[in-house]
Amino acid sequence: MELIPTFDFKSFLTAPWIDGGWESSIWIVIMGILVNTACGLVGNFLVLRKMALVGDAISHSLLPGIAIVFLLSNSRSTGLMVAGALAAGLVTVWLIEFIHKKTRVKEDAALGVTFTTLFAIGVILISVFADHVDLDLECVLYGEIGFIYFDDSLPLIGIEVPWPVLQMAGALLLVTALLLLFYKELLVTSFDSGLATSLGIPVSWAHYGLMMVLSLVIVFSFESVGAILVIAMLIMPSVTSALLSERLPNILRLSVVFAALYSIGGLHLATWLDCSPAGAMVVCGFLLFCLVWLVSPRRGLILLWVKKLKARGQLESPSLP
Amino acid sequence: MSPETPLPLEIHDLTVAYHKKPVLYGIDLEVPAGNLIGILGPNGAGKSTLIKSIMGLVPSSSGWVKIFGKPYKKNAKRVGYVPQRESVDWDFPVNVMDVVLMGRFGHLGLFRRPGRKDKDIAMACLEKVNMAPYAQRQISNLSGGQQQRVFLARALAQESDLYFLDEPFSGVDAATESAIIKILKELRERGKTLIVVHHDLTTAKEYFDMLLLLNMRKVDFGPTEDVYTYEKLQKTYGGRLTILSEVVDTRRKRSSDLPIEK
Repeated sequence: MELIPTFDFKSFLTAPWIDGGWESSIWIVIMGILVNTACGLVGNFLVLRKMALVGDAISHSLLPGIAIVFLLSNSRSTGLMVAGALAAGLVTVWLIEFIHKKTRVKEDAALGVTFTTLFAIGVILISVFADHVDLDLECVLYGEIGFIYFDDSLPLIGIEVPWPVLQMAGALLLVTALLLLFYKELLVTSFDSGLATSLGIPVSWAHYGLMMVLSLVIVFSFESVGAILVIAMLIMPSVTSALLSERLPNILRLSVVFAALYSIGGLHLATWLDCSPAGAMVVCGFLLFCLVWLVSPRRGLILLWVKKLKARGQLESPSLP
Repeated sequence: MSPETPLPLEIHDLTVAYHKKPVLYGIDLEVPAGNLIGILGPNGAGKSTLIKSIMGLVPSSSGWVKIFGKPYKKNAKRVGYVPQRESVDWDFPVNVMDVVLMGRFGHLGLFRRPGRKDKDIAMACLEKVNMAPYAQRQISNLSGGQQQRVFLARALAQESDLYFLDEPFSGVDAATESAIIKILKELRERGKTLIVVHHDLTTAKEYFDMLLLLNMRKVDFGPTEDVYTYEKLQKTYGGRLTILSEVVDTRRKRSSDLPIEK
């Protein structure tokens, strides 16, 4: 018995698409692209606002929100889930600010206090009311992207489209539209909140608006891909793209490209290792990040090494008298 | 004898506190139009805080502010702002043009992107500060002086009537400093009102028509020749003789006529 399956390049490339599994594979890839893109686009603005970890916080604190909605309504209806998530997201952001402002606890520490507490409340709710809450903690962490194909589906132009894919596509459209409509406001409040305020642009509205969009993306991604992938995808496309470009519109476009690459690469990795596709997508994201870091034409490691060598050569070459 | 046109800036009893500790006490101010005004005072005197609280960046605990006779929010379009350079992240992924265009955002409605006209205005403003060739340059590749010129161009693009500038001369090269003061004087000639937070006593007299001496309270406000006196400066800077002795040193170098008495 071997720990890691033998790596065969040909089978690494083809395995997900043969043996009758290709239909399931396609939906995993599509769902992955939708989730990664939605997370990546919102994540760019989080990273620019130096709030990368707020995504982490909100994704954890949504748990009690969703659990309470379950308890109260006893249903898994999307509308209620979204309402619960938005409420939980806003409470999280508000609580972080409240603790930070009222106690002089630093913002990152306030964030640590808030989301761990809310997550714990969620865990308690789910374990105490286990009979009433149809929420699997394992599913919350890892998601069940591998089983999307077996979900309920809707026939659309002759194709059976799984329901979660439709939902996520809708969420992605909404998020993209909102980010495009408020791009100007998000840009100026992220870069120079002082100027934004002086212009009469409501900085706190932009902040809470972004947090609501973030909660929306997280709650839609949650069920199918789990918390791990969501947190990673909020950050990875953005930081990787920023190594390649220095203009926000291009960084946003590159994020979409990386979102797709993570999804496809992750599926292949998952098929080879026979592991969770969500986890594999994150690892694939990190591998791509390392690759870009090495070869980036702007601040890539290889470029820096070459420059260093050249500089050393120039320093040594002129002979001293 | 109320003036026919409302004053650019009128402040009454403005008080600001951080964590319940007051930093500005009961400031009253009536600023006449068409002046280049310097705010002078030691570190921690609340110079930046004053302009920030006028624009609503810092909440005030009492008092009111009127911009051309109306509350700030009603007349935000008529106010231009040059924040301290250090207040933003210069690694932010935008280029020079993107930053200057932000000055147009106040004139655009919700959902509207800057158009051709805004880009032309932004470009003209970059030309005024001699930064047009840098329009497509990523902002992290700018020197301190160039960053300050970009911020000034952005404020020009706001096409305002009242400008607040927070330490625009700090850490810039001499060429940039004289370029900036030339532009500020041009704006004044066109009837604009400019309020500048300034930390250099030696240049204050030649740059400004009026001075506000500030040290948590208003020490004095008036035409430079009335306000720039030894007693009033000492009252503002208190016992901080180091600052005054620095002035003496600089005076020797510059041989300007500072009101230092034996």
